[in-house]
Amino acid sequence: MKRREFIQQASVGTTLITLGGVGLQSFTSAPSKKITILHTNDVHSHIDAFGPNDGRNSNKGGIARRASLIENIRKENPNTLLLDAGDIFQGTPYFNYYGGKLEFKLMSMLKYDAATIGNHDFDNGIDGLFAQLPHAKFQFLSANYDFSNTIMDTHTKPYNVFIKDGIKIGVFGLGIKLEGLVDKAMYKETKYLDPIEISQDMTRILKTEEQCDLIICLSHLGYNYKQNPDKISDLKLAAATKNIDLIIGGHTHTFLSKPTVIKNSEGKNVLVNQVGCYGINLGKIDFYFDSKKNKSANGKSIII
Amino acid sequence: MRLTHLFFLLIFFVFSNCKEQNSYLTKIEGKHIVITDSLTKNKEVEDFIKPFREHINNDLDSILAYSPKICSKSDGELNTAIGNFMADAVYSESNPIFKSRTGNNIDMVLLNHGGIRAVLPKGNITKRQAYEIMPFENNVVVVALKGKQIDALLNYLKNKKKAHPISQLKLTLDQSYNIKEATIKGKLIKKDKTYYVATSDYLYGGNDGMYFFKPNDGLYVLDYKIRNAIIDKFNKLDTINPMIDDRFIQIK
Ligand SMILES: [Zn+2]
Repeated sequence: MKRREFIQQASVGTTLITLGGVGLQSFTSAPSKKITILHTNDVHSHIDAFGPNDGRNSNKGGIARRASLIENIRKENPNTLLLDAGDIFQGTPYFNYYGGKLEFKLMSMLKYDAATIGNHDFDNGIDGLFAQLPHAKFQFLSANYDFSNTIMDTHTKPYNVFIKDGIKIGVFGLGIKLEGLVDKAMYKETKYLDPIEISQDMTRILKTEEQCDLIICLSHLGYNYKQNPDKISDLKLAAATKNIDLIIGGHTHTFLSKPTVIKNSEGKNVLVNQVGCYGINLGKIDFYFDSKKNKSANGKSIII
Repeated sequence: MRLTHLFFLLIFFVFSNCKEQNSYLTKIEGKHIVITDSLTKNKEVEDFIKPFREHINNDLDSILAYSPKICSKSDGELNTAIGNFMADAVYSESNPIFKSRTGNNIDMVLLNHGGIRAVLPKGNITKRQAYEIMPFENNVVVVALKGKQIDALLNYLKNKKKAHPISQLKLTLDQSYNIKEATIKGKLIKKDKTYYVATSDYLYGGNDGMYFFKPNDGLYVLDYKIRNAIIDKFNKLDTINPMIDDRFIQIK
């Protein structure tokens, strides 16, 4: 008995020393870490590439090409998240014939990590969305749709924390107001909650409780409504909240030439990005982390 | 034993490391990558899609009818050839279903101009055109409305001054867009008569500002898609040659 205890203690001691050495080393010269966020939005069942006679979209898009691009990016950096900001459904006969099954199966093949829900994802009713869930191996994140009185109850999460290379990445989802946009018979008892209030809750949880290093909002609110400045949009959300690092948007099919930088309520920078629609573009945002505090004291640099 | 300890210690160490020292974001790089034809296709993904694509294409590209001219929803003021075709197709194809279930006939059809999503092209017409004209999964519903409520429907049409597709209803406006005459199946509208109005479930839900479907004297869901009415109509006709007519006009 005693001998065994001793051996154990001895082994513990040795391990400690060894690890301690490694630990100390990592304190002084930790290599910087890189997290890659890839994203799409409003793909609208565009599984095939556009043909040669499709105007400015000609010969662009196509999920098989996107798959090889993502595969190469993952080879280069395995610490990659792949996200979609909603409106996966509706736009080509693939959806009409198969009800979204192919879209979800293909996104699973591409190893999407999470998606939020767009208004068109209700086009076959909330039951139609529910029916395709078994084909999705990724998570549905929605913090401001209360599904508790619907068939979707417990099938979505408000947020998820992904850990890549020790970096905690909190992702939460936001959906657009459905009333007036989607027939009530389609979304049934889904309740829409205020995106700003919900974002304040989410960022508090993700920052304080979950201790995330990076907070991403996956939004289908729309980029900006110039004609309707009171309407909540990604730009308004970015300015009204704090602790969000990146808003990945959708709904307005906005082709930005580069991500937009907005000052949040604390005067810190937030990136707002959207990549148009139909799988024509893939957004790629790389976040570099360092463990040395002195660097961050000078603030982060944004290269866009 | 030793391995177990090592494992626990590692975890302990990693965690204590994290507590002592967070990671700091130092740099962000963002860009958009266009998916172009210079990218190779992932074979596994492509092979998965192929049989589904072939099935859809075979089904969509079989020729159903012929169209001698292009019909666009922008040709015509208060009624258009393509809108008339759609509303008439919903009438002729839905009525037998409605009649067999209720014993009643559909009295009129109302769709929305915005719901016409593509032109009827010139040449061979396939199912693909039906999907392009009507990509949404909307179903035909029949709403029982009293003549009084039909007035609200007519007011909507005269106020919008738009070529919302109608069938069996005839509406004539005067120079100042007041209703000069309105008939259903050639007869003046009676205040207390019940009319069976076919429309889409989308419009029944009050979309496009069509709030006059509620309250009503009954709703009949046909489980028949508007697109299928169009496809069934294509199937029955050799040549599709819809016309702009006098169903909804303004006397100038
Ligand atoms: Zn969309």
